[in-house]
Amino acid sequence: MSCKRKETAMVVSQECLLPGIYSMWLETKEIAGLAVPGQFISMYTKDGSKLLPRPISLCEIEKETNRLRVVYRVTGENTGTKQFSEMKAGDTIEILGPLGNGFPLEAGRGKKAFLIGGGIGVPPMLELAKQLDAQKQLVMGYRDEQFLTDEFTKNGTLYVATEDGSAGTKGNVMDAIRENALGAEIIYACGPSPMLRAIKQYAEENNIVCYVSMEERMACGIGACLACVCQSKEVDGHSHVHNKRVCKDGPVFLSTEVEI
Amino acid sequence: MEMRQAADEKQTIDTRVCIAGVELKNPVMTASGTFGSGQEYSEFVDLKRLGAVVTKGVANVPWAGNPTPRIAETYGGMMNAIGLQNPGIDVFCERDIPYLQQFDTKIIVNVCGHAPEEYLAVVERLADEPIDMMEINISCPNVNAGFLAFGQDAKNVEKLTAQIKKIAKQPVIMKLTPNVTDITEIARAAEAGGADALSLINTLTGMKIDVERQTFALANKTGGVSGPAVKPIAVRMVYQVANAVSVPIIGMGGIATAADALEFILAGATAVSVGTANFYNPTATIEVAEGIEDYMRRHNVKRVTELIGAVR
Repeated sequence: MSCKRKETAMVVSQECLLPGIYSMWLETKEIAGLAVPGQFISMYTKDGSKLLPRPISLCEIEKETNRLRVVYRVTGENTGTKQFSEMKAGDTIEILGPLGNGFPLEAGRGKKAFLIGGGIGVPPMLELAKQLDAQKQLVMGYRDEQFLTDEFTKNGTLYVATEDGSAGTKGNVMDAIRENALGAEIIYACGPSPMLRAIKQYAEENNIVCYVSMEERMACGIGACLACVCQSKEVDGHSHVHNKRVCKDGPVFLSTEVEI
Repeated sequence: MEMRQAADEKQTIDTRVCIAGVELKNPVMTASGTFGSGQEYSEFVDLKRLGAVVTKGVANVPWAGNPTPRIAETYGGMMNAIGLQNPGIDVFCERDIPYLQQFDTKIIVNVCGHAPEEYLAVVERLADEPIDMMEINISCPNVNAGFLAFGQDAKNVEKLTAQIKKIAKQPVIMKLTPNVTDITEIARAAEAGGADALSLINTLTGMKIDVERQTFALANKTGGVSGPAVKPIAVRMVYQVANAVSVPIIGMGGIATAADALEFILAGATAVSVGTANFYNPTATIEVAEGIEDYMRRHNVKRVTELIGAVR
């Protein structure tokens, strides 16, 4: 159980994929070796005015080299993610991880699967696509420009949706699923709440097992502070109310477990 | 006994402090609400290295807490409105106290409630539990206004303290809010009611507005501000209270390093709590404890108690 580490990682490379979307490879001591798809790390700035960790999902895990890739969105000027985006190869960064539960790989073995990502929920689906042994239909939703599409194409059949219709289906991931008349026996999804809500509804109407990766403002990242709770159907194990902790009980939940 | 050994190992340095007859191996504890009941942080911290673990607040029944977002970053700190989500005293006694009993540290249970009867129910339930002290949270800013008024009114504080003392079997720490005009007035009231010790400060009520979304950063609109940004206010209040009462003080508010902790001790605190720092440095408590030892060696201080209130 005790497998979380606080480490000083080293930036191996940094690349701007699109305006505001950055990709960073980090060399860790142990965290990459322990991580599974769907987990996240807490990243810390070196700026004492920005103390709280930024929880960032893992996009790729390279156990042989102990490296992790994070693909993240810069949320604005004067933000922690802006500072991360300015880091260069050789710089060091404090990270805590691996955090959260991750996507269950066994549940999807040999099945016809949807891996659905939306916006900055796209990156964690890449490592899942690499590790999941299934018939993979990768449905990725973007506002306009796309990122990581080449990597996805190598790991399954990619279907793209764009809000502006510049590539793939015009609309959202559900529109792409309908337009291509796709079906699945299991769903893994990460993205904004409206997307997850639509996927949850689709999955439940069609009796499909569906795992969703949730997001919420976090402080500790390890389940102690109770900041990042989501509404759960059943009484939670920690506080015996209806609040599961996204950072510890999640971020991946069965869609039927949570209210979105 | 173990404390003597620990002291011997470190070249005659004695880090023990005593609060209401309870001896702590060192003055470093956790601030309620930032450390759960220790379990999550035990992956990073050897709990027996702490003077005490102060648990997250527990009420007579489970509390669901506030809607999200419950947390926001502020300059050099953070703001929270968790709303005291907790499993209620029954689960707490069955699960959390036995968990903490495995470790050679003191157990301080933080008690919360909406009304005197609720506090008293928890205090009564704790009477036969193997805990060392209780800390009464009369100062959480994140529940309804009537509740906060409790800790802001000297008469109420004295009355509640006296009611709790009448039934409590363990020493009682009253946790004070900084959201008052004169904290010494409240401190004196708690002392008059029979408090064995005082802890301060709880968080400062604040507000943050997300200008892009034109909404409040927290669903609760207001929240409690904590972290290094509030430390000077906390040190000032500890100093004032230390000069106003004779019961021991547990100081907190933005402590992240040994130097921070020493400020509080020099201002008059007998012990200190590390809170928000746990969130960005899970081993902060241990670093503070070790840093105090280093300081004592550098300054040739034999007993940490020599430092309490040494700056006047």
